[in-house]
Amino acid sequence: MSRALLDTLMTAPYVARFGVRLEVKGTELTGVLPFDNDLVGNPLIPALHGGAVGAFLEIVASGSLLLSQPLQKLPKPIDVAIDYLRPARAQDVYARAIVARSGRRVANVRAEAWQGRTDAPVATLHGHFLITPESSDPAPVQR
Amino acid sequence: MDDDIQHRLDTIAPLIVDGSPHAVALGFRIDRLTPGKAAMSAPYSEALIGDPETGTLHGGVITALLDHVCGMAAFGGLGARDTPATLDLRIDYMRPAKPGQDIHAEAECLKSHGLVAFVRATAHDGDIADPVAIAQAAFMITRASKAAQERTMKAMRGEHPL
Repeated sequence: MSRALLDTLMTAPYVARFGVRLEVKGTELTGVLPFDNDLVGNPLIPALHGGAVGAFLEIVASGSLLLSQPLQKLPKPIDVAIDYLRPARAQDVYARAIVARSGRRVANVRAEAWQGRTDAPVATLHGHFLITPESSDPAPVQR
Repeated sequence: MDDDIQHRLDTIAPLIVDGSPHAVALGFRIDRLTPGKAAMSAPYSEALIGDPETGTLHGGVITALLDHVCGMAAFGGLGARDTPATLDLRIDYMRPAKPGQDIHAEAECLKSHGLVAFVRATAHDGDIADPVAIAQAAFMITRASKAAQERTMKAMRGEHPL
């Protein structure tokens, strides 16, 4: 676990601005995105902004990587693919992530967000993150 | 045909940011809007930093900007009548955005037919040849978005309030 980096992640102005919380129980991490009108993308449906839900999934994915192992730096997303399965309604959103594989440089993470029912996800994310494990060799010098 | 679409885009343009609380919260601006193409920007803001050590904007700002600008290109590409919903959004983060720089995003609807549109977008911080991120997305006009659009049109004609 990288406790100090988890704090850095959660106190970053953007993350604090939108009130994201991470609830850790043992080795399991659940992210909470409390409903706020500033998260609404389309008030006519009303639905949360796809970008807000995507960003929340990225934060939970990073948090899960930090919880699962000691890292020297915050994970950096390389790529993410987000599927939007249902409109995210004007309610709190929850998310959990699974670290599918974590190597010396790259981690592969899947995350899922839901609202009322865990079996009715609103969005899923699959992403690769650049990581710097504490035990890894220093990055090769760039010439 | 394109003139009709352009007219509808011009009519709706003021609502594209102002009608979306999240876009307002992130300070988005609309730069250009033509049928099937859209350009928007996100101003640099210390309140939206993702890594306090480097001062770069949070990836979420870029995610939201790319989603929004792709949605606008899809909206125009589909005839500018119904607001499409994002089916999927794939983003490659090519490099960190430079601290202090605004992010600009340009999207193009590559193909649309019926209810589905395919869009590609690039986000950069000054030089489009050196992108911060690129995105590819698919959008679809759904029942929920169609119903919302009908309510808007009725309200705009003054038939009933929203």
